[in-house]
Amino acid sequence: MSRFAGVDFLDIDSLLTEEERLVRESVRSFVDDRIVPIIEECHREARFPIELLPKIGELGLLGATITEYDLPGLNNVAYGLIMQELERGDSGLRSFVSVQGSLVMYPIHTFGSKEQRDRWIPPMAAGDAIGCFGLTEPDFGSNPAGMLTNAKRVGNEWLLNGAKQWITNGSIADVAVVWARTEDGVRGFLVEKGTPGYTATDQHGKFSLRASITSELGFQDCRIPAENVLPKTVGLKNALMCLNQARYGIAWGALGAAMDCYTTALEYSKERKQFGGQPIACHQLVQDKLVWMISEITKGQLLAVQLGRMKDENRLKHQHVSLGKRNNVWVARECAKLAREILGANGIVDDYPVIRHMLNIESVYTYEGTHDIHGLVIGQAVTGIPAFNPPTVQAQAAAELTTDKTR
Amino acid sequence: MKIAVCMKQVPDTEASLRVRKDSLWIDEEELTFVINESDGYALEEALTIAEKTGGEVVVFSLGGERVREALRKALALGAARAVHLADPAFEGGDALATGRALAAAIQAQQFDLVLTGSQSGDAGFSSTGSVIAGFLGWPHAWLVMGLEVEDGKKAAKVTREMESGVNEIVRLALPAVIEVQAGINSPRYASLKGIMQAKRKEIAAVTPADLGLGAEEVGAAASLLETLAVFFPESGKGAEIFEGDPADCARQLVEKLRKEARVL
Repeated sequence: MSRFAGVDFLDIDSLLTEEERLVRESVRSFVDDRIVPIIEECHREARFPIELLPKIGELGLLGATITEYDLPGLNNVAYGLIMQELERGDSGLRSFVSVQGSLVMYPIHTFGSKEQRDRWIPPMAAGDAIGCFGLTEPDFGSNPAGMLTNAKRVGNEWLLNGAKQWITNGSIADVAVVWARTEDGVRGFLVEKGTPGYTATDQHGKFSLRASITSELGFQDCRIPAENVLPKTVGLKNALMCLNQARYGIAWGALGAAMDCYTTALEYSKERKQFGGQPIACHQLVQDKLVWMISEITKGQLLAVQLGRMKDENRLKHQHVSLGKRNNVWVARECAKLAREILGANGIVDDYPVIRHMLNIESVYTYEGTHDIHGLVIGQAVTGIPAFNPPTVQAQAAAELTTDKTR
Repeated sequence: MKIAVCMKQVPDTEASLRVRKDSLWIDEEELTFVINESDGYALEEALTIAEKTGGEVVVFSLGGERVREALRKALALGAARAVHLADPAFEGGDALATGRALAAAIQAQQFDLVLTGSQSGDAGFSSTGSVIAGFLGWPHAWLVMGLEVEDGKKAAKVTREMESGVNEIVRLALPAVIEVQAGINSPRYASLKGIMQAKRKEIAAVTPADLGLGAEEVGAAASLLETLAVFFPESGKGAEIFEGDPADCARQLVEKLRKEARVL
């Protein structure tokens, strides 16, 4: 079976440490041996390969940046390279690891009590327990501040009501980190599987991330013990901190999908012969597509490495993460499209990974902050003007009134 | 058990090769290097035995600076420490010179077992293991597909793969040198924790003098074999490629084998 030899046009490897390269090689072998051979079938059958979990845990891919609990304590570049290799396999698989590590283990580790950490971090690192993250709601995606899910303190418990949608790992999760409105602002709750009133229903009919589970969560008068609140959560910003972690990983992960599309198209173009037995790679229009891909992937790699180094130095700001996520996912989306074109009809069947990446990236393009919203984040950072909210109805009415008066 | 594993770093088999300008070796610039395949299996076998019987695995490799990456990977996989025959004088040697140097490095410590791969993926002489055994005066087995250390750790029972699908089982007194075949086990992946721990493990660089060898006893200076040329053979003339329907191709092939090659 052929192994992935990596994409490195500009000796990006020289920016990596020996340890970072070793991490990448190990995950690369795992993806080549265990994921690539089964992933098309998983995608066809809309099945998450849950049988890989113990091995993923054993390798140390879950919560890899945590140093406590005997976990690897990797730096952020090494973590990014893990995401890159996983998403070269499949965005759904990378999503699983992102959610488990960045959206569940991270908040438990950062905002949780010692008891919560002791209880959840070790089994989640081993892959024995699965987590999911509930922030998005049916009517509140880009604007999580409008969330309706709420929790009321009743004696020594909280009463949780509401619904969350588009939740990766939802129905297989042992614990959900659920964000809900309280009298003291938005707080994070650990909702355990089996809690009365807590339901998780799978989203069917997906054309994207088919090898990953997506669910809707419902909470009807769920009684959550007081010790299940993440004590250090004091507002929506805590939830957004989690997303920043995950989005950083996506900036790397998307490159993996782009690399797989590029190498597939490159190989194909050298072997596919048309017009007198010449490989299609000899045509200028085909080369132009390949050149676009390798140029943008290379720029994306430089961006990702810089984001990682800044994150390791605690200098990374959320607008930088927006830049990385927005750019690299866009690059992956365009690469999937160009690779599909080069493969012709073969580009639409799952004998090749391209169409699967193309479909997957559609989700990645709008989840964890849509491409456009990240654009507005960067826009606000450079202009100082937030362009998220159009004027409210009242403001519009007031403005019209003023106009009337001046008439 | 204390087990030595000899590993060679070879060009990645996925790489496309070019002949060097002097035509004496391949052009190593821009190549990626990996642990030789069967040596990787030897390392896995050693780690498994050490886990079962207690003890440690020490990896040995000869070559330039790049070899350290292969050794670091072996440490990440679980080897306790590494010995790097790093001096430029070691390089350019044939199997005899390389085997002599490795044997000297192994002899400097007490080992119960030496494991290595049966063949390197680049030069492919398949002789370094036997040369090591010869210098150490230890029993030796090649093309090993099964290995079992007997109780008391005085002997090893190995299954060897011979020609025509025949296997044999032989017993070797320990210490011994055993060369394994690729496929003898399923090599593990380096865990991220293993990779982090490997940073703190020792890679000892040794010179010929450290091993009690003179510069004339190692590397190119001590080689009895001289490389005259390395080249890609021209595509054979008379090669015929059948194209089209497989069943039809098979029919044509059988016809040719009968009438032209007369082997059927």
